Amino acid sequence: MFLETFFKTQKYCHHDGSRHSHPHLHPDRGGSGISIKKSGTREIKVVRRVLDINEKMAQQNRSIFAAKGIFVLNVMSSPGSGKTTTLEKTLAQIASEIKSAVIVGDICTTNDADRLAVTGVPVVQINTDEFGGDCHLAAHVIEKAVGGLDLDDIDLLIIENVGNLVCPAEFDIGEDTRVVVLSVTEGEDKPAKYPLMFRECEVALLNKVDLLPYLDYDKQKAINFIHQIHPDMPVFEISAKTEEGFQPWIEWLKAKVREKAGGGEHSA
Amino acid sequence: MHEMGIALQIIEIATESIPPDAGDVRIEKINLKIGKLAAVVPDSLRFCFDVAVKDTPLDGAKLVIQELPVVARCRDCDTQWTISSPAFTCENCNSGSLEILSGRELDIESIEIAQEDSHVS
Repeated sequence: MFLETFFKTQKYCHHDGSRHSHPHLHPDRGGSGISIKKSGTREIKVVRRVLDINEKMAQQNRSIFAAKGIFVLNVMSSPGSGKTTTLEKTLAQIASEIKSAVIVGDICTTNDADRLAVTGVPVVQINTDEFGGDCHLAAHVIEKAVGGLDLDDIDLLIIENVGNLVCPAEFDIGEDTRVVVLSVTEGEDKPAKYPLMFRECEVALLNKVDLLPYLDYDKQKAINFIHQIHPDMPVFEISAKTEEGFQPWIEWLKAKVREKAGGGEHSA
Repeated sequence: MHEMGIALQIIEIATESIPPDAGDVRIEKINLKIGKLAAVVPDSLRFCFDVAVKDTPLDGAKLVIQELPVVARCRDCDTQWTISSPAFTCENCNSGSLEILSGRELDIESIEIAQEDSHVS
């Protein structure tokens, strides 16, 4: 009973089974959707997702990217896990085959954009400071940033989110796939501490494996934690510094870009 | 960490939801459903909400938060259960192929309004 009610709420279903993304009053049930409480207050049904405006904008972004056949990757991690170095090396390795662009989010500084610009790909830096020092990128910010890119000239858009394992997981920005970077200098139990992030991402990159001989880190324990939260999640063990283990990750990425380009209006 | 942004969004939706013909009313309560998997801490949200509504028409409105458990269904053996620890494998057959039925909600269910002149405190 509880779940039945919940499903109706979540999908905004009509009695005939049709769904819609907006809430409205259902006059066929409970009159006007307004009921009088004992206290004398009137209860008005709303039934809206709090982030529905963000979700709508994310869908708009997604449609634009789909029309252009661009594969969009949302890269997330805690601060200092090596996202930027991983992307620098990744962009260099795929440069001859895939036209890419990067949107990079930080609260302050253009340091990451400066580092990524060296790879030669177009880079847009977002400082969320302007938007209130946000701990994540939201869909409207991406829409704005995309204005600075020539979407006809790219097949891959990588969005480097703000370093944070909590909030970015909650915000759809119109990406195709989410990737989480975890490094071996962090605790093995990070996935269990931040389950939403590891549930929401499709693959994990376990970075800095070149440091394993110098650490007490139990790699298998970390992978077990990942699979406890997200069974069968592919984990690529890499070192962004030495580029060890990059091949499977690069192949995975290229396959994703090819697949998306094939389904868009123009093919690569 | 982003609870202030969420609070502002809640205020916007609640304000929009007052019927245009309601006259001079005050929002007394906002009823929310928040899943345990949502990246929102109810206490932080209440704190941010109270700060954000101070000296506005919503000052004094209460956030009533119903927290929903993480409920999953196994796609292989159809078992349905409540996940209470961070382990997302079927408690019956150990399969990892799950459908999350609830736990991700961040929804405004309803608002409760009172006429300004009928308020008894």
